[in-house]
Amino acid sequence: MPLLDIRQLAIHFHTESGVVEAVKGINLTLEKGETLAIVGESGSGKSVTGMALTRLLPEPPTKYASGEIIFDGKDVLKMRADDLRKLRGGRIAYVFQEPSTSLNPVFTIRNQIAEAIRLHRPEVKNLDAEIVKHLELVGIKDAAARLHSYPHQLSGGMQQRVMIAMALSCQPDLLVADEPTTALDVTIQAQIMDQFRELRRTLDMAIILITHNFGIIDGFADKVAVMFRGRIVEHGSTREVLTNPQHPYTKALIQCIPRLGAHQKRLITIDHAALDALERK
Amino acid sequence: MDALKLFTDVFGAAFFFALGFVFLWWVAMPPLFIPWMRSDREAWERWGSWSTLLLAGVVAMYYGVRYFIQLPSWLSGDLLLVGGLGGVTFLLVRAASSERWERALRRFRGDRLGLAALSVVCLYIFVGALETFRLPMGEFGAEKSLLDLIVQKIPNERSYSAPLASKLLNDTSAEPTPLNSNFHLLGTEQLGKDVFVETLKGCRTALILGGLTSAIYIPLGALMGLLGGYFRKWVDDLVQYLYSVLASVPEILLLVSIMFVQGQNRNLLGMSIALGVTGWVGLCRLVRGETMRQSERTYVTAARSIGQSHWQIMMRHLLPNVMHLVLINFVLGFSSIVLTEAVLSYLGVGCPVGTASWGLMIDSGRSELSRDPVVWWNLTAAAVALFGLVLALNLLGDSLRRAFDPKRS
Repeated sequence: MPLLDIRQLAIHFHTESGVVEAVKGINLTLEKGETLAIVGESGSGKSVTGMALTRLLPEPPTKYASGEIIFDGKDVLKMRADDLRKLRGGRIAYVFQEPSTSLNPVFTIRNQIAEAIRLHRPEVKNLDAEIVKHLELVGIKDAAARLHSYPHQLSGGMQQRVMIAMALSCQPDLLVADEPTTALDVTIQAQIMDQFRELRRTLDMAIILITHNFGIIDGFADKVAVMFRGRIVEHGSTREVLTNPQHPYTKALIQCIPRLGAHQKRLITIDHAALDALERK
Repeated sequence: MDALKLFTDVFGAAFFFALGFVFLWWVAMPPLFIPWMRSDREAWERWGSWSTLLLAGVVAMYYGVRYFIQLPSWLSGDLLLVGGLGGVTFLLVRAASSERWERALRRFRGDRLGLAALSVVCLYIFVGALETFRLPMGEFGAEKSLLDLIVQKIPNERSYSAPLASKLLNDTSAEPTPLNSNFHLLGTEQLGKDVFVETLKGCRTALILGGLTSAIYIPLGALMGLLGGYFRKWVDDLVQYLYSVLASVPEILLLVSIMFVQGQNRNLLGMSIALGVTGWVGLCRLVRGETMRQSERTYVTAARSIGQSHWQIMMRHLLPNVMHLVLINFVLGFSSIVLTEAVLSYLGVGCPVGTASWGLMIDSGRSELSRDPVVWWNLTAAAVALFGLVLALNLLGDSLRRAFDPKRS
């Protein structure tokens, strides 16, 4: 039985100007310990899919029009509120895009991680030791001294590491990283991705990486799903998709990765008119 | 029976003074001095909770005893004061046990202006407490406050006399009748009472009214604002509906009608309730707006994503982020509460007759200013006392805000 099994999931937003179909019936499976990358541009429905896993989207306007999300044998869409709360953090944890606003500015990082641990692992007695352990796990040196720092005293990369530590501290089965490196500068991006690779090796945990950047998933994800306008247009092992893309959108996305030494005059962009025509066919 | 009453009163007064100090210094503070407790935060928090429960138990016992021997006016000022003291202590204890507050406390100790403001506020509270505790030591068993006992040497005059004057104001005869007292520091008012003493007595009214009203309207306004701003949709509609209705009725009309309903039984508690249920609109609107802004930020989603409940998110994440508005609102609202009391008293539905209040003093000052010679001391004394309190609270509020600001390290 797969850890996560999404079947025919459709998500609609009921806004004042009509119904927006953000996700139009997608299927995805994820085994224990497997790594999946969901790639797509803004508005393709990739973040919405990630948030839907624990029903984080505000309802209304969000409506789960059809389908089911089976996590560990139970349908998330039919769960009661308190079961959902146990699921969130305890089994599925998140890392968000914007590290500077993901941490509450008025609390120290110790405080915030302690809160997560108290919530899901009340049996932990020595909170400080546990927190330091997880901060060191995500590559924060001198973690004990950092415990009582406020978020604004940390750099963006550090903040994101703290967020990852917070997500890991509840020992989830699945970590959803929603564009975890987008708000960071390139060198820090590389460091954080290295950290993820490291964690993937050391911890037995499934990871869903949501990104718009094909460039960072190579050598990280086992599988990749390409999302385009609410649909999964291509789904397969990372190597296969990267070397032999089938869908024109995937081809276009892969072409968009800027390469050092490739003598291009202009960066390649995606021709949406052609894709529109393709969709109408 | 008289002996018993005397016992419970003296016991009560002494006990609560002692308890207040003991509580502040031995319950809230020992973790600051006892190393093992400082390092074990959980123990510290347990200590705070249990000792607060203990205080609540003792208060309940005291009032149980007083109730069963059926003393009149058992719901008197000291209940309010002790309740307030208990509340503040509870907050302090819970507070001192959290890392954030401990840091703020440490920072506050280095803030001289803040400490000065705190001592001024404490001075006001001390005077208010003196006026609050009553002992049956007057003629025919009448109750007298500790403050009355302290100033009982100061006699009344027949009418107005200027500050430090040796004769009555209207005594223009060649050989004026000497006053009953050598001098009155701030003169006497129409009925011949010493203005300085009256001003001191007014502390209690102002503090109880301001404190109690704030204790009612701040939780109400903050909670409503948080609920509306966080849940949106129909909850917000309901909150908006409530405060729009309240805001559309002229406030003074609403106040007067609530006071009228209470009839002759009205007391400071009733007045605080009236001021409280009409006064939360402004705070609610502020908090609601800021909550809406804050709940857009990712940390709220992040808090949900680790499985925190709505209540935890509102109380632990959003409330601290809107607390600065609450603090400012409290400080600014305090003086307007005291002044509203003056308006109500002027309309005849305010403080019970015979209560010393700055509001009444300022109000009577209006007509006194048009006299010839002008009677300015009554108005001035009350205004300066009010000004001092509000200024001290302002500075204290500022210092607290600075001490709690995580951006200042």
